Amino acid sequence: MAVGDATREKEMNERAQIRLLPDGRRLHLNDGPIDLILEAFGTPGEIQKAYRVACARFATVLDELCGELAYLRQACSAHAEWPHGKVARRMLAAVMPYAGEYFITPMAAVAGAVADEILGAMVSAADLSRAYVNDGGDIALHLAPGEEFVVGMIERPDRTSLLGTATIYSSDAARGIATSGWRGRSFSLGIADAVTVLSDRASAADAAATTIANAVDLPRHPAVVRLPACELAPDSDLGERLVTQGVGELSVCEIDRALASGATTADALLRIGLIRGAALSLQGETRVVGEVATQLVSTRSERRLAHA
Amino acid sequence: MADDAIRCDACPVLCYIKPGRTGSCDRYGNHDGKLVRLDPHVVLDRAVERGDSVVPFLERNQEWDGTLVSHGETFVTAIGAGTTYPDYKPAPFIIASQVKGVDMVTVVTEGIFSYCGVKVKIDTDRHLGDECSTVRSQGEAIGHVTTSEYGSQMLSLGGVRHLTGGSRQEGVATCDALLNLCNGRAVEVEIDDGARVVVQAGKPPVVDGVQEERMRVGCGSATIGMFAKQWFGKVDEVVVVDDHITGVLSEHQAGKLLGVAETGIKLKGRRSTPGRYFQVAEPGTSWGGTNIDDPLSILGKFNAKKAWPGLSLLMVSTTGEHYAYFELGEDLKPRKTELPETLRESVARIKENCEPALCTVLFMGGAGGSLRAGVTENPVRLTHSVRDALTRVTCGGAPVYVWPGGGITFMADVSRMPQNAFGYVPTPALVAPIEFTLKLADYAAFGGYVEQVRPLSSIVEKQDQRKRVIMRTDNPWPLETRPVKKK
Repeated sequence: MAVGDATREKEMNERAQIRLLPDGRRLHLNDGPIDLILEAFGTPGEIQKAYRVACARFATVLDELCGELAYLRQACSAHAEWPHGKVARRMLAAVMPYAGEYFITPMAAVAGAVADEILGAMVSAADLSRAYVNDGGDIALHLAPGEEFVVGMIERPDRTSLLGTATIYSSDAARGIATSGWRGRSFSLGIADAVTVLSDRASAADAAATTIANAVDLPRHPAVVRLPACELAPDSDLGERLVTQGVGELSVCEIDRALASGATTADALLRIGLIRGAALSLQGETRVVGEVATQLVSTRSERRLAHA
Repeated sequence: MADDAIRCDACPVLCYIKPGRTGSCDRYGNHDGKLVRLDPHVVLDRAVERGDSVVPFLERNQEWDGTLVSHGETFVTAIGAGTTYPDYKPAPFIIASQVKGVDMVTVVTEGIFSYCGVKVKIDTDRHLGDECSTVRSQGEAIGHVTTSEYGSQMLSLGGVRHLTGGSRQEGVATCDALLNLCNGRAVEVEIDDGARVVVQAGKPPVVDGVQEERMRVGCGSATIGMFAKQWFGKVDEVVVVDDHITGVLSEHQAGKLLGVAETGIKLKGRRSTPGRYFQVAEPGTSWGGTNIDDPLSILGKFNAKKAWPGLSLLMVSTTGEHYAYFELGEDLKPRKTELPETLRESVARIKENCEPALCTVLFMGGAGGSLRAGVTENPVRLTHSVRDALTRVTCGGAPVYVWPGGGITFMADVSRMPQNAFGYVPTPALVAPIEFTLKLADYAAFGGYVEQVRPLSSIVEKQDQRKRVIMRTDNPWPLETRPVKKK
């Protein structure tokens, strides 16, 4: 991809902000609600190639999505028509397995799908040992053989204390990580503080995290404040569905029950290969599904300190 | 209800935003019916923190220019960091930064050094004072003359005995001189039975009011060796006057090899080997570091059996600053005449080959137990880690030489540090910056204060309290990883 192409694309999109972060290594891309931080590892030439391609691809992503936004906000059915945009197709592919059994719209996978798309563009254009694209916590990973990434998990999206870390090796299947919870940027139907999922792709992890977080719930519990999504955001894809806006203090039994409900869903997804692992947390309690995820909630103090 | 919502047109998502809420970007909001842009860093910080790494975002609003050249990585020096005094707190700043994927920790502190001083190298051939002579500042003893080195004289100033072992005035004068020298300022010292010297790091010394220009090209004997060919055939005899070894062309091995005829010259002083003389005069600040103003004063009578009227003689100092040309009269006594054009070049070349004379100041200090305790709960482990080359020590970001053996005693060139890197406490003692850089894992392993580690950005963000200085290009980057010994 030539320099000129990226520049022209940028001229077409005046909103997008692209800059190298002060550390000189990571690239920050922002356009409307899409906020990416990415980093590629390899020779300087290959990194540069990857970054240029990422910028060029990024420039049109939001416009592509908005062109089909009304469709993407509709509940996904098993016979849904395929959208046109590449990112939109990734979104539909990620949520399709849930259609029928769960309420889900393609928007549940938008962040992960954008991460997958940008990472895909980078990896196909440049020879990279490692790369990641972090879309507001939904992360797509690339690992060349023999490489690994250390990922950290936080307890709540609005806090930064690290719960634990997991090493993802190139031999693992997981290449996507996503976190969902009612405290996060998107609405949740459940009460989980955070559900972090490892999947083969970020879009798959995104859809799964949304679904599992929705399942961590105590229906009609008086301590849970819920409001119709449309009252908060008139154009939400969740319409009149009640979204969680506050969770009062729960008893140990109640926490256990809510987590068990989410874990049942996670187990089901693990069995059919939709996820590789998940860590569910609610008011300080954590439940882990799948082997990869057990390290994520390691509470050994030196581990926590070493990466603080 | 829907009437209260406003349509945001900042991007194609075109969110409907209710009063008091934000759009899907969390960046534009409905404030009392008006679309407002919210502080961007709220969103960005969260996104970044989720990525488990923090950088200041609002620093510049500049577009990425397409280059991968770093906007400047940041290393925090200990200058202005504060000290560990009184001896047990963790160092003021323990900073984590990432280098090539390895988490690195830099422990920065300003150490209070009672055991410290400076080693000063003064490029001069002039005699500054006898070895072991006391060096004074403001009339107080602050150090002594130590060895003569090639083309230079060494002074050892400071040290615990002058700082705290003598009178109050002695300590204060010593601390004052050390502080000024370390911060690159000029200090005038007086050497007992010797010279007054103005010393300033990176500047030529001023000896008894005369600024030194050049270092000698070599000793007198070496100068003969270097220039013999250029003199051969143009002059009958050359004497290179030097306080250490004065050289004589016709007797010197180099002259013999060229077939220079004997001239019957007679030198005062003690002959070492043919053509090489010690102690032709007393040490001083004139010709070649001797006390002579008249070069003929070091010569005896020419041997009438060998010398001849009209014999030409060049006398020159080892720096080419002093020179004189003579021809023997009928009485075989030298008469001064003008230096012929053919010899001017060789004298100029001696001068040209002399490097600029400088004063250089190395700070020398030892990181004591209390300073090391600011880095780790088990101070000796820091020493071992430095020994094992797992920990890099820098002084204000400048490289240091760590003396082998016990403890962490190091030397650093003060001219490679940022300005005014040093301070003092009234004890009196010098306050010097010192940074220990090592892998986070190694730091944790030897009992470091890992819970005190904070991200670089937390330091960098406080722009008003932090001064950014440009890294000297001739200093190695303190965070650069290097081959390390396996434990």
